[in-house]
Amino acid sequence: MSLAQIIANLPALVVAIPLLLSPVAAMTPVAGLAWLLAVLGSGAAFLCALLLQGAVTSGESFSYFLGNWPPPWGIEFVVDAPSAFTVLVMSGLAFVATLFARTALLAEIAEADAGKAYAAWLLACGGLSGLVMTGDAFNLFVFLEISALSSVILIALGAGRDRRALIAGYNYLVIGAVGATFYVIGVGFIYAVTGSLNMADLAVRIPEVPQTTVVMVGFGFMMAGILVKAAIFPVHVWLPAAYAFAPSAVSSLLAAIATKAALYVMARIVFDIFAGMPEMIGFALEFVLVPLALGGIFIGTILAIYENDIKKLLAFSSVAQIGYIALAFGVSTTAGIAAGFIHIGNHALIKGGLFLAVGAYAVLLGRRINLTQMAGLGRRMPITTTAFLICGLSLIGLPLTAGFISKLYLVRALLEAEMMIVVGLVLASSALSVAYLWKIVEVLWKPAALIAPVREAPALYLPLWILALGNLWFGVAPAPLVDAAMRAAMQFTGGM
Amino acid sequence: MTGSVVQILESWNYLVVIALMMGGLFIVISQNNLVKKLVGLAIFQTSVFIFYISVGKMAGGTAPILMDGADRLYSNPLPHVLILTAIVVGVATTALGLALILRIHAAFGSIEDDEVLAMKAEAAEPRARRGDDVTGGGA
Repeated sequence: MSLAQIIANLPALVVAIPLLLSPVAAMTPVAGLAWLLAVLGSGAAFLCALLLQGAVTSGESFSYFLGNWPPPWGIEFVVDAPSAFTVLVMSGLAFVATLFARTALLAEIAEADAGKAYAAWLLACGGLSGLVMTGDAFNLFVFLEISALSSVILIALGAGRDRRALIAGYNYLVIGAVGATFYVIGVGFIYAVTGSLNMADLAVRIPEVPQTTVVMVGFGFMMAGILVKAAIFPVHVWLPAAYAFAPSAVSSLLAAIATKAALYVMARIVFDIFAGMPEMIGFALEFVLVPLALGGIFIGTILAIYENDIKKLLAFSSVAQIGYIALAFGVSTTAGIAAGFIHIGNHALIKGGLFLAVGAYAVLLGRRINLTQMAGLGRRMPITTTAFLICGLSLIGLPLTAGFISKLYLVRALLEAEMMIVVGLVLASSALSVAYLWKIVEVLWKPAALIAPVREAPALYLPLWILALGNLWFGVAPAPLVDAAMRAAMQFTGGM
Repeated sequence: MTGSVVQILESWNYLVVIALMMGGLFIVISQNNLVKKLVGLAIFQTSVFIFYISVGKMAGGTAPILMDGADRLYSNPLPHVLILTAIVVGVATTALGLALILRIHAAFGSIEDDEVLAMKAEAAEPRARRGDDVTGGGA
């Protein structure tokens, strides 16, 4: 098979490899072997995503027809700048989280469950990649549910340590299913007036539809469903409990990639499928998305300041960070959308890293931890804590870290769009986020009764340091990330 | 005025869908029992299935099988096929939900949302079963 042939099949492989390895992992009785399969699956997907991004960078964009049925009849996988970028971020982070999972996951679940856990893990990775690759509105719903159900399983696995994980999983299942069903209702309305499900085809047909009310209702339902999945305030309620009670390795996987896929889908719906109705989109962004995003930023940050459980604190901070991404998309200029994509990449690095560090603490200390138990960890576990600190500084957006680049482009986009009040609010919320980070840092270096150094395992801190160095790398040399995000944004706005 | 009423009554299939949809969603939100919540969810999802199926049906239309020389009115098969997929997804959701409820009952000894929440606030360790019926109270 020639290289061109392989590249032509990559869009399907990036999704199919994890999905196909999943049942194999489920039948594997040995935990180590199942982990190896997960590494293989996520690593292969990462490699595919790298090759795809390479092809897209050189100006190509291509699509894959499943079962060789051409669109608009068959299901199409689309690889263009936005989807290649998002898949690369997600599969990269999933790969690192899988490396981390070897020790971390086994520390928190029964060894007999490991095979099935990795099966759900691979399903979640494949499902989320499929969510991004697909060019078919209904197929998207199927991937939405594949990833949601497997995430529920992964979250509920935390029950071995804390039975509240079961409730968190159940709530996510119900809220997620309602959200996904809202999305399907929306697709039904749009299908009824256009007779098509292919996204590119819909983008052409929707402006020609005479029944604009039906289109608006469909758009509303689709967006409502996706907002739930992206955990945008006020439908973020499932997220804090889910991240807090899931096993640490699962928290880092979900925090890094799960909401990112939904945010990408939101951008795809707003800027691609419904781009032909600028008035409706403008209204929805200005009067719904931007206020909700700002609400999420402040509520998330303030709840994080008062939270004592470290994983819940980080989850609340995720709600705020998702707000920044949604806000950037809400600006809807090329600069704004690019800022959104930049923060999708950077926030995955930041929050993935922070959750990995907390996972490393949890494995070594042998339990779920709140802030008081973390006293003095900076001296006892210097390698892990330094990486935690780098990711934390990146979170508040200190210069030379990736988070700074995110804030820079976001504020610049807001200034260009002359949204001065919002600029003030973003800066104020950044100042507030210093408060909760400082709270953690203070505790980490507090003098404590226990000062015996802990032997830190490389299997835990190496993946963490990959992400910490990534935060520094993309803070000093952000060009590749920014260029890719710009290309993604230009694809949506047509280079305006 | 009467014209619009007749128009609404003629599209009675949508009225059924709306009634089921709202009923299902209301059960999900209002019920305290975890199994009943799941039943509400299933009704909610089913209403969407009916919506798709009735959109695809043409009055007087037949199954879309091509026969030579016949100039017939066909129903649209695509929404029906989509719903086959959605039904599978719905079954998987319900099955996973029920499995979780079993685990919740084993860990908390209750499947009433408020009781479980009250215990959630207490210790995190699993307790002994209290011997409640699986279907819980209030039936």
